[in-house]
Amino acid sequence: MRIAVCVKQIPDPATPYDLDPDTHRVVRPNDQVLDDTDRFGVEVGLQLAEGDDGSVTLFSMSPSGSLQGIRQALAMGADKAVIIDDAALAGSDALTTSRILAAAIEREGFDLVVAGTESTDGYTGVVPQQIAELLEVPSLTFARKVEVTEGGIRVEQQTAGGYDVAEAALPALLSVTSGVVDPRYPTFKGIMQAKKKPIDTITAEDLGFTTDQVGDAGAGQTITSVTAVPSREAGEIIEDDGEAYLKIVALLEQAKVI
Amino acid sequence: MTTWVFSEEIDGHASASALELLTKARTFGDTSVFHVGEGSDTAFAELGAHGATKVYHLAIGDRLPGAPAAAALAALAEEHGAELIMFGMGNTDRDVAGRLSARIGKPVLGNAVNVTLDGAVRVTSEILGGTQAVVTEATGPAPALVLVRSKAFPAESSGEGAPEVTPVSMPDLGHAGTAVITESHVEESEGPDLEVAGVVVAGGRGVGSEEKWVVIEELASQLDAAVGSTRAVIDAGWVPSRLQVGQTGKTVKPDVYICAGVSGAMQHLVGMKDSGTIIAINKDAEAPIFAVADLGIVGDLHAVVPKLIQALQDRA
Repeated sequence: MRIAVCVKQIPDPATPYDLDPDTHRVVRPNDQVLDDTDRFGVEVGLQLAEGDDGSVTLFSMSPSGSLQGIRQALAMGADKAVIIDDAALAGSDALTTSRILAAAIEREGFDLVVAGTESTDGYTGVVPQQIAELLEVPSLTFARKVEVTEGGIRVEQQTAGGYDVAEAALPALLSVTSGVVDPRYPTFKGIMQAKKKPIDTITAEDLGFTTDQVGDAGAGQTITSVTAVPSREAGEIIEDDGEAYLKIVALLEQAKVI
Repeated sequence: MTTWVFSEEIDGHASASALELLTKARTFGDTSVFHVGEGSDTAFAELGAHGATKVYHLAIGDRLPGAPAAAALAALAEEHGAELIMFGMGNTDRDVAGRLSARIGKPVLGNAVNVTLDGAVRVTSEILGGTQAVVTEATGPAPALVLVRSKAFPAESSGEGAPEVTPVSMPDLGHAGTAVITESHVEESEGPDLEVAGVVVAGGRGVGSEEKWVVIEELASQLDAAVGSTRAVIDAGWVPSRLQVGQTGKTVKPDVYICAGVSGAMQHLVGMKDSGTIIAINKDAEAPIFAVADLGIVGDLHAVVPKLIQALQDRA
């Protein structure tokens, strides 16, 4: 099975990041990390590939920078990566991102596309579904458990009141939630091997896109303002002296919930 | 030009988000609903009472709704000149909106907390933990597709009667439309629903372990509250993901939000910062949660919470 895994490099969430005041874009440092939610997609891809001697190719649209995040995923065991790195892509909206990724995946060939549910830094949360529609394949989304069937894939999907079991035949797209599997940590051997794994860097033009179809020019939306939201005022902060629970009781009484 | 709202039938009812969105949409004028599911009279009546004049109903049987609903809605939107199509943030909402977006070549404006329609469609969303409000305008030809966070608009009945219901035929999508649901399971959950509960008791990784999580459940039970959690707790596997509060989980606005062992990461704060009264217990005095708490207790939750439970039991 040829498995395509969509991954994203994001600014390290542990360090606060800013918006450029002119472009309203996230200011991306050179060193970006693998989006934590993508580790689950990579792990699912690896497990499914291990089951049937398949391959795992990473797809990412990002300024390559140091490629630290991509190397993290290669070190976990992915075979290769395709990076779409193009200055013309800056300011692209989610739909353009999906079009680029779908075109790259189609060019490479695939049986199954795996994606995280949404990125931590952007969270539009519809890229996997857009890719599926563009590739004209069924989408099994928000999976919390995944297994391979004869010629297809079966998942458990979280619902409002429980879960559904859903199935589709390949080729298909799968989006997975955090916790679907335990992502492996790269081994020393994996990290060393990752340095030699192929990373194809291509442009939007290589995929047949013109500059007016992508980036700011191709976006069907524009940010008109960014303003600070008035923050909530902090209340009373006390050190627990063994009696602090009484304060909570008093406040619950005041709020008339007891 | 019309406004459309997406509705999914859940246990015989219209989705909560559809009723919230209709309450807003009817202020823009004539509103149609695209409804997927079995098509119960109760669901249709709810949609009508919240301002839908027309309901287009796609019965999907055992199919996964994403692909067929997107194709059917794309055709209807073109036929009727839809100007704005609003979705909630539920999984089905996102499946349909995402596929529709790619199908008709229009972006999805996500995470909206407000929507205005005044010549152009503009949405307000909050980013960076709700500290910054961003206004985004949809450009290019209609329709604009918008995903709205739950509780952005309170659902209010307008008292209207049943809407005109038009069945929509299942589009033939070939391979893309072949995903099916083979089994549906209901997971029993105790206590009130997280999204409507008046009191929520939430725990974070600071609770320490799955074994110690019972302290959160006991406090919730004592207060007839819903249990909530941070994403770290979900990822650790202590509780099911439907209990997650925050950016990728649920938005809650209870009268009282009590959280223990929650540090207050941005991703969590966006889901609960609009609660009435916020009470936080955390051993780290520097935890960001204290910046939004009405009452913050710096201390060991395993010392404070059991005493609180005992005090509440003594009152009962």
